[in-house]
Amino acid sequence: MRQLPAVLAEGGAHFPPSVEEFFLPGLGGQPWVSKITVLLWAGIALVILFFLIAYRSPKLVPSKGQWIAESIYGFVRDGVARDVIGREGLRFAPYLTSLFLFILVSNIWGIIPLAQISPMSHIAFPALLGLLSWVMYNYVGIRKHGFAKYIRLNTLPPGTPWWVAPILIPIEFFSNLVLRPITLAIRLFANMFAGHLILLVFTLGGFALLGANAVILKPVSLVSWVLAVGLTLFEAVIAVLQAYVFVLLTAAYLQGALAEEH
Amino acid sequence: MHLYFLAEGAAEQPPNPIIPIWQEIVVGAVGFALLCFVLMKYVFPRMEETFRARVEAIEGGIKRAEEAQAEASTLLQQYREQLADARSEAARIRDEARADAAGIRDEILAGAREESERIINAGREALAAERSTTVRELRAEVGKLAVDLASRIVGESLEDEARRRGTVERFLAELGEGTEPAGAGGRR
Repeated sequence: MRQLPAVLAEGGAHFPPSVEEFFLPGLGGQPWVSKITVLLWAGIALVILFFLIAYRSPKLVPSKGQWIAESIYGFVRDGVARDVIGREGLRFAPYLTSLFLFILVSNIWGIIPLAQISPMSHIAFPALLGLLSWVMYNYVGIRKHGFAKYIRLNTLPPGTPWWVAPILIPIEFFSNLVLRPITLAIRLFANMFAGHLILLVFTLGGFALLGANAVILKPVSLVSWVLAVGLTLFEAVIAVLQAYVFVLLTAAYLQGALAEEH
Repeated sequence: MHLYFLAEGAAEQPPNPIIPIWQEIVVGAVGFALLCFVLMKYVFPRMEETFRARVEAIEGGIKRAEEAQAEASTLLQQYREQLADARSEAARIRDEARADAAGIRDEILAGAREESERIINAGREALAAERSTTVRELRAEVGKLAVDLASRIVGESLEDEARRRGTVERFLAELGEGTEPAGAGGRR
């Protein structure tokens, strides 16, 4: 650790990567317009443009673009909303698809060259989305069952022996009504954060090895970079998977809120 | 203290990664709201419409195909019946034509036979008339010749006398009666 700053001063790269790498200063030092927000807007613009163009004149026999757009929507609509929630889940399909696309595109930025950081590695965005899911499933559940019944369904599942209630009620309350948005947000955030960190470790580690004083260490940097490429592919899978998991869990929470029994 | 160590080069301390930056929450909220608004208002409802239209098109297509199939089979049935009708009609017409042809041939043959008989009869009659004329002429001629011959033999003076008494005529008449059938002579 003592030697590293000297090495890095030569190579110009910071190793090991730190939290600092996630917070490049915004334009003029303010956080409104930064790499993160620009990538976020770019992702939103890409999704909107793609869907508006692909669906400007829908045909019964779809063109390729229309087919892709329909497949994405159909994937969330049939694969998540209908399969998890049931027939009445179809009304959530548009929101769930929007959520999926928003997370997916943001996540994908993490492996696009030059961008290579996901906005979701800033806790603000996953937290916002987790909070939205929380508000949504609670609202839907309270509207269906009424406040008291909803709380009872979520804290004391029907058929529980009375003597478990003192332990069960706090646990259920905490896990169903408090922790869910937090776990949603942290799962997504931590995956993107760690993914970025791992790529940084192997990429910058390669430079650190190349700049090492010991000649024998220099070729090892190639191994580091090969691993960085492999892990980028791995990150691609994670990006899609985390978007899917977030949407799937939101759908599951909605289903739980709407269900008569747990 | 770890963060402090890492940030020694920077002028300010980097933010704690698990404390949200409130400006980013605002940006994220606005951006996500925009995305949801556009997609949920202009894209997904139209997709649902397209899905519905597609289902209807497929179901309608199957129904139309069934209708077309039914129509085609009734038409086929009709054509088969018409074809059978046409065949029996053709057979009937052929039979009629055959019968007609036989009739016409018989008529023509009968006509021809009649005609030939008529011609033959006419020929016979003409022949008979010719013959009787010839006989009459020959009779006169023969009489004249006989008289001429007799007058040449007996003499010219006898000629007028003979004409007056009709000797030659009588002679020839007797001669003619003698040649006629016995029945005719018997009646007299």
